[in-house]
Amino acid sequence: MTRHLLGCFGREKALPFKLFLERHPVLNRLIGSPLNAGLTLLALWFLFVSAPPFLEWAFLDAAILPATPANCADSDGACWSFVIAKARQILLGVYPFDLQWRPITVCIMILGLLAYSVHPQNWKSKLLYVWVIALATIFLLMAGGLFGLTAVPTSAWGGLPVTLILTVVAIGGAFPISIVLALSRRSEMVLIRILSTLFIELVRAVPLLSLLFVASIMLPIFLPEAFLPDKFVRALVALLLFASAYLAEVIRGGLQAIPRGQFEAADALGLSYYHKQRFIILPQAIQVVIPSLANTVIVMIKNTSLILVIGLFDMISAGRAALADPEWQSPAVETYLFVSLIFFMLSFSFARFADFLERRNASMQS
Amino acid sequence: MTIQTITENKPQSDEWTSEASVTQPAIRMQNVDKWFGDFQALCDVTLDIHPGERVVICGPSGSGKSTLIRCVNRLERHQKGKIVVNGVELSDDVKKIEDVRRDVGMVFQGFNLFPHLTVLENCVLAPVWVKKTPKAEATDLAMNLLKKVRIPEQATKYPGQLSGGQQQRVAIARALCMSPKIMLFDEPTSALDPEMVKEVLDTMLALAEEGMTMMVVTHEMGFARQAANRVIFMDQGQVIETQEPEAFFSSPRHERTKEFLNRILT
Repeated sequence: MTRHLLGCFGREKALPFKLFLERHPVLNRLIGSPLNAGLTLLALWFLFVSAPPFLEWAFLDAAILPATPANCADSDGACWSFVIAKARQILLGVYPFDLQWRPITVCIMILGLLAYSVHPQNWKSKLLYVWVIALATIFLLMAGGLFGLTAVPTSAWGGLPVTLILTVVAIGGAFPISIVLALSRRSEMVLIRILSTLFIELVRAVPLLSLLFVASIMLPIFLPEAFLPDKFVRALVALLLFASAYLAEVIRGGLQAIPRGQFEAADALGLSYYHKQRFIILPQAIQVVIPSLANTVIVMIKNTSLILVIGLFDMISAGRAALADPEWQSPAVETYLFVSLIFFMLSFSFARFADFLERRNASMQS
Repeated sequence: MTIQTITENKPQSDEWTSEASVTQPAIRMQNVDKWFGDFQALCDVTLDIHPGERVVICGPSGSGKSTLIRCVNRLERHQKGKIVVNGVELSDDVKKIEDVRRDVGMVFQGFNLFPHLTVLENCVLAPVWVKKTPKAEATDLAMNLLKKVRIPEQATKYPGQLSGGQQQRVAIARALCMSPKIMLFDEPTSALDPEMVKEVLDTMLALAEEGMTMMVVTHEMGFARQAANRVIFMDQGQVIETQEPEAFFSSPRHERTKEFLNRILT
């Protein structure tokens, strides 16, 4: 206010530097006030202290090529040689070496389909069939046992394909279930409402770890061998149920944000419950909660790595197995950084996709 | 005195009356009671509306006008009495409710357009999914009706890009796309800026001239004078009096009606 008045009376020339500082968009924030100046100094000091050693470790002193144990032993920096030499093992786990073209194909298929699916012009019912066929092929490729493909037990699966399959199937399957759960929880039919609430609250109240333990250890005690699905499938179902309970609550939040008038207008037009939800309420409800949906999905992508506790191999456990090689000096930090980078790429891509959806909706409707 | 007798006493020269007295009423309410918890919103309302009639309902706020017309398409559930719309009695039977709603269009105070759909999509949704009209046919009909409400050029826009008056005209077109036999208007101009009231009222007048059966809750007394066959005055959930518009404004019978008219017409 004062600044504005000064400007009005043309007295800004009296204090040129101070005014220049106040009006400069960047400098004002960095050193505009004593507090900001102090924080800027602190941040600079921190960068000065931490950045050079990190850069030295990660790049200047790092052992990269040749990817041999000797190369790493000679250097003080990061041992990227290990990651390069073991990349295949970290990414594919203990899958039989000669058959690794199969999990590689699976990864390419899933990533390719995901890239195809994010384009709005491909959102047709055809896409669903494509995914169903693709998933059947993916399981066939991974498990084998048909069409002359050597059978590979799920205990030998590992790494990136496991992470991708779990993510896609658990979240893809959880989404429709969560919609049904969210609608049921708001249903006027008491029994349906109670059942849905019970399910959501029970699953939410339990740590994912215990759910996975139940799936892997408890179920075999209750169920006869013949009815017992494979351990991988059990873990998949546990993840799917967990994700659906969380997603259901997110979607319920969206449903509650829809004004009553939208329901009334749909009712007044004679739309059935199904059509009303499908065309009017759910599209708007989901649109409202895209940020929280993305949040939940990203948490779930990373939750898939918890399957290591029941003896299945995701990328982290595959990385740990690789570290056990006595020839190398166990460069754990480098390995986890590498795995983190892959998780980051998956999660960040999804975050960008969610962001794209938000901006698309915003630009369409205003 | 019931509404029935008033209708029957109308001069026979009026075409709709002679027809109406022989055909079944479009809307028949008999001794309808409605409570919200302890609060009685409708109190022993008995009312017949005949095909082609335009009825304006007015009264102070909280008098039950909106509740009354919302009972006609079961947006509100009545607890006692009988409501028959186009020969279908409203009960908890969902099938019957959907039958009634198919033939009864409604226009809301807050427009209630679907913000995620274009104007045209708003209009064709219900015909396509409720009446199973082929998409092309529904689109033609919608474009014709959008022309009628004079905004065909906005068909591909989203509701949020239109003015209030335009949105309300789209809402009218959307309701008309179902080819309803009855149109309900719940304070259609109350949420509009003053300069947009006329465009909506003109659209409603045009509809009235075509002989649509209309039930209109409004404070627009000009509209009542021009378009209504009857004006119903409600207070505290009761129908206090029913008159032809001229008589309603010139010689209200009831003390409460006089008070109300004094308040809104000054």
